[in-house]
Amino acid sequence: MNWNLICIKDDLVEDAGVAAMVNGEQVAIFFLPEAEDKVFAVSNWDPIGKANVMSRGLTAHLQDQWVVASPLYKQHYNLSTGQCLEDEVFLKVWSAKMVDNEVYIAV
Amino acid sequence: MARKSLVRDNSYYDTLIQYYLNGIDLPAQPQALILPASNGESVGLGVEALPATASICSCHNVTKQSIADAVAAGAMSVGDVKSATKAATGCGGCAALLKKVVDNELTALGIEVSTDICEHFPHTRQDLYTIVKVEGIRTYSELLHKHGKGHGCEICKPAVGSILASVWNDYVLAKEHIGLQDTNDRFLANMQKDGTYSVVPRIPGGEITPDKLIVIGQVAKDYNLYTKITGGQRIDLFGATLPQLPEIWKRLIDAGFETGQAYGKSVRTVKSCVGSTWCRFGVNDSVGMAIKIENRYKGLRSPHKLKFAVSGCTRECAEAQSKDIGVIATEGGWNLYVCGNGGMKPRHADLFATDLDDETLLKYIDRVLMFYVKTADRLQRTSVWMDSLEGGLEYLKEVVISDSLAICEELEEQMDHVVGTFQCEWKTTVNDEKALKTFRQFVNHDGQDENVVFVEERNQIRPATDEEKVTLIAKAG
Repeated sequence: MNWNLICIKDDLVEDAGVAAMVNGEQVAIFFLPEAEDKVFAVSNWDPIGKANVMSRGLTAHLQDQWVVASPLYKQHYNLSTGQCLEDEVFLKVWSAKMVDNEVYIAV
Repeated sequence: MARKSLVRDNSYYDTLIQYYLNGIDLPAQPQALILPASNGESVGLGVEALPATASICSCHNVTKQSIADAVAAGAMSVGDVKSATKAATGCGGCAALLKKVVDNELTALGIEVSTDICEHFPHTRQDLYTIVKVEGIRTYSELLHKHGKGHGCEICKPAVGSILASVWNDYVLAKEHIGLQDTNDRFLANMQKDGTYSVVPRIPGGEITPDKLIVIGQVAKDYNLYTKITGGQRIDLFGATLPQLPEIWKRLIDAGFETGQAYGKSVRTVKSCVGSTWCRFGVNDSVGMAIKIENRYKGLRSPHKLKFAVSGCTRECAEAQSKDIGVIATEGGWNLYVCGNGGMKPRHADLFATDLDDETLLKYIDRVLMFYVKTADRLQRTSVWMDSLEGGLEYLKEVVISDSLAICEELEEQMDHVVGTFQCEWKTTVNDEKALKTFRQFVNHDGQDENVVFVEERNQIRPATDEEKVTLIAKAG
């Protein structure tokens, strides 16, 4: 597992997501200052809406889980596990971390 | 029940079809179902009257019984019922009806139905509005800290974002507000199924010069956008990628356009007929009044979208009686209609006041709109708000015309604040380096989304279907 430097903190949007290209895959990176893990990385592909939009979804904290709601049809996905709360689908997840001002994703 | 046609006013269709399909006995005075109610209140069919076999969600064919079963099996909320039955997960058009059925089933089981907006605030939307206004709260985090708990969700964030915008009218993409904005507001454009956006410049009253039409056409041509005339007399440009949005808007702003806020729960359009200036039958300048109204209320964010229209005579070519605010010219001034809408359940607007002069017309519209903003539920259109307003039309007249609550001055002041603080959000955005950064497709890469693929149909682009994408990608490979 290699930690790849993706961007700096300033590229992220607090309490929201941005998209990055990591090894040819689209990754949605969320910066949640109030969460213990601070940064989360999941696939940008919405498996139900079938479009690369997850980074543009609203984040939420529901029943002790940090989730993102699809901007297309509003299904929730757990940002740590990728599991969809309403359906039997999931998002691929990556380990992510912020060290000082740098954002890394493990590949 | 005999088959009859409803002409013009079909707002009773939902009720009648449920009576017909479910063979429900007609009430003692069946004429009450179709005739105007004498006391100003509408005769609806409560969800408890629906039989178990009534189809609530037609996309997934979910009956009232399936919903009752899910609730009996432990589903405690609309979300739980959605997961258990898939109801309202298709087109979503039945969401409001589903909520009524779920609440009704919960109540029947003796479970108290919460009116809290979500798990993060023990308050209704109306309470939150009052709190924000009275305590002068300017941000979501301040409100959450003082009156809520946890970290928020996709229900309370946009709802509070909307309240803050209605009350203070700050720039919605400011650092403290950007995380509150739902799909379309977040990028000030309308997301389409493939993740691209459509762009709608404001065309007040539907009046546009040839030069401006040419600019729209040229921009659409340069960016290869699909163009379509909207129902609100403007032009929608589809297929713009995230990074293209600011570029497109720079050009539109340079040509004198402003944001049309087609993405917001806000004032959309004021449709108008050509009026007395050209029309042989027109009795007043409907276009002039439509432009005046659109320029006054543009920028107002509200619990749901707002559509207006102005007709120059009683022939009603602008279809004002199907709008949230409808104005029709008379020999004596303007007739004002309120709380109509199209959508899933069309409702004709109610005649609110007659033969008004320009000044009184605007005063009443100010008050009606702000009273709606103050008292409506989240995502409740004016039609549903009116139907749920205790006392209905007569009550609204007392509040707005007779000032029975002594709040008209406050309502007008608040509207003046919104009007006075208007900014074109796109103009602010294209001049804000920090905001512009959020429109990048990727933070670490200049490429485009390869899943966005268009094909040509009727001489314009459209998103490729999944099958077409497979073929096109195979060819390219």
